[in-house]
Amino acid sequence: MNRFYVMVGVLAAVLGIGVFAMLRTGGGAPAAAAGAPPTVTDDGFRGYSLGQGSAPIEIVEYLDFECPVCASFGTIQMPTIKEQLINTGKVRWRFRDYPLPIHKYSRFAAHGAQCAGAQGRYFEMQDQLFTHHQWAQTGKDPSNLFRDLAQAAGVDLTAYDACMEAGRFAGRIEFSRQEGDHLLVDGTPTFYANGTKLFPNLRRLPNSDDFKALVDSIIAHRPQRR
Amino acid sequence: MRYRQAIALLALVGLFVALYLWLHALGFGGPIKCGTGSCETVQTSPWAVFLGFPVAFYGVLGYLAVLIVALVALRPAALAERKWNVMLVGLATVGVLFTAYLTYVELFVIHAICRWCVGSAVIITGIWLVAVSGLRRNDGMME
Repeated sequence: MNRFYVMVGVLAAVLGIGVFAMLRTGGGAPAAAAGAPPTVTDDGFRGYSLGQGSAPIEIVEYLDFECPVCASFGTIQMPTIKEQLINTGKVRWRFRDYPLPIHKYSRFAAHGAQCAGAQGRYFEMQDQLFTHHQWAQTGKDPSNLFRDLAQAAGVDLTAYDACMEAGRFAGRIEFSRQEGDHLLVDGTPTFYANGTKLFPNLRRLPNSDDFKALVDSIIAHRPQRR
Repeated sequence: MRYRQAIALLALVGLFVALYLWLHALGFGGPIKCGTGSCETVQTSPWAVFLGFPVAFYGVLGYLAVLIVALVALRPAALAERKWNVMLVGLATVGVLFTAYLTYVELFVIHAICRWCVGSAVIITGIWLVAVSGLRRNDGMME
């Protein structure tokens, strides 16, 4: 009997030390991917886009992956916009990063999407980040979750890890953010159509109907070819 | 008696598994240690919270209850009492049913599996099997 209680005590001590060690180690998203780089370089990249190159209208969306409104727009409005405007050849939609400083992990999430994009999986990763947006509410380091999401998006994790560790696209994301500053982006998501800021006086998030009305109006008023 | 001892040891291991997940849910430590599993997906899903508390918190309570009952049942005065075996089966059955619900959610709703949750499921199933065997063989009474 006494041997049993000794065994219980030893096991409790070992397990306690194990839990303590696991909670102490780790943590912290790779700094290279999580912060702005000291120098910003233009690599010529202007965002991933959906739609045909010949579409008459290009809408540019400046987004922040940690922003709940961006996630809501991406998951609720975008499917309809894709169906009605992008797939019909009326609009080409371009995504630009605008990580807000108030969001701890938005730059890290943007980097995850870019690393997935390097493997041709940007949109799949964007879907994952927006669909599983609870990560933005927990305040916890989402490094492992993003790996899970990348895996679900079909990304090769070895290349993804190397990309994140090196902060390969940190400069690209910061360039996009500074570009947004020059265009007077004042929140996310902010939209531009053919270079003009959209819905500046709208006091709510634009929906798919707003975009359809806008696109139809632009197409109706553009000069006719002879 | 052997059955109750086995249950106490299993509950102790389960308690620390649940404790780790609960502390992680409270924000202690860095990323969850999960290997190639999908622990973060599960832990950050809406189903990771039940009645306002992290699911792991109920695991801590459950394993603690099983551990305490098993240790109390190992007192010499309690060894001959069958009620402790019944109580252990009852507690383990509640744990198994709750675990079955959570495993269903993981597999068919979240579509992600957390290794720690699988580990806990194995432990509670083991406790249930040992508890049922102990009840059938009148563990404690034979000592």
